[in-house]
Amino acid sequence: MGDKMEEEYEGGVVKKFMFVNRKAPYGTVYALEVLEMVLISAAFDQDVHVAFLDDGVYQIKKGQDTKDLGHKNFSPTYRALEGYDIEKLFVERESLEERGLSEADLLVDVEVVSRADMAKLMGEMDVVMTA
Amino acid sequence: MKFGILVNEGPYNHQASDSAYRFAKAAIDKGHQIFRVFFYYDGVLNATKHSDPPSDDRNVVKNWQKLAEDHKVDLVVCVAAGMRRGIVEDSLAPGFRISGLGQLIEAGIQADRMVTFGD
Repeated sequence: MGDKMEEEYEGGVVKKFMFVNRKAPYGTVYALEVLEMVLISAAFDQDVHVAFLDDGVYQIKKGQDTKDLGHKNFSPTYRALEGYDIEKLFVERESLEERGLSEADLLVDVEVVSRADMAKLMGEMDVVMTA
Repeated sequence: MKFGILVNEGPYNHQASDSAYRFAKAAIDKGHQIFRVFFYYDGVLNATKHSDPPSDDRNVVKNWQKLAEDHKVDLVVCVAAGMRRGIVEDSLAPGFRISGLGQLIEAGIQADRMVTFGD
């Protein structure tokens, strides 16, 4: 697999990476630290995908206000991902529906996919990292 | 096969680092290579030299340390996650080193399989 890729892409191996967000944005530091991982990956010219499922869909909900919580609101950073050429964002439809959310509630452009298609997509990745 | 390992949880509080250690050891015993173990999130706490568990239990930090000594496994602690949790250069047990998240992405690129241990 590696050799074939090197032939296809000059300048190094390009793998399909997926970063999977499954946790709510605040309360634990997972969401923020996944985001830091995603941002660093942009420097490596890889084929980066970011997925949001389970409570992870709350990470990209519009209108986050963390003032009373005393946490940094890092949600604007998701909007900056485009500037790093990270544009393949996927959200699981069932996770949205289970939480009474729809695509209109989200602060970035995403592709909404079914749970089955999300699983298929994960299967196509070379590297999946999650938290 | 060349494995990369990501450890997302701290020692004792969670099975992840025990499982990661046992996976790494089993892989090496079977003749595979561990390209790198990267410690992220609370996983950085696996690297503290101040850990001193009761002697009738396993010593998670020492287990990692011995893996590095015996098999030259590269144990890398995330600098940013470490700074959040008070794990800095001076806190490290022998065998660990501090570096950036780029080392994790590089492991994903270089390894044949990247395995995550955590929830």
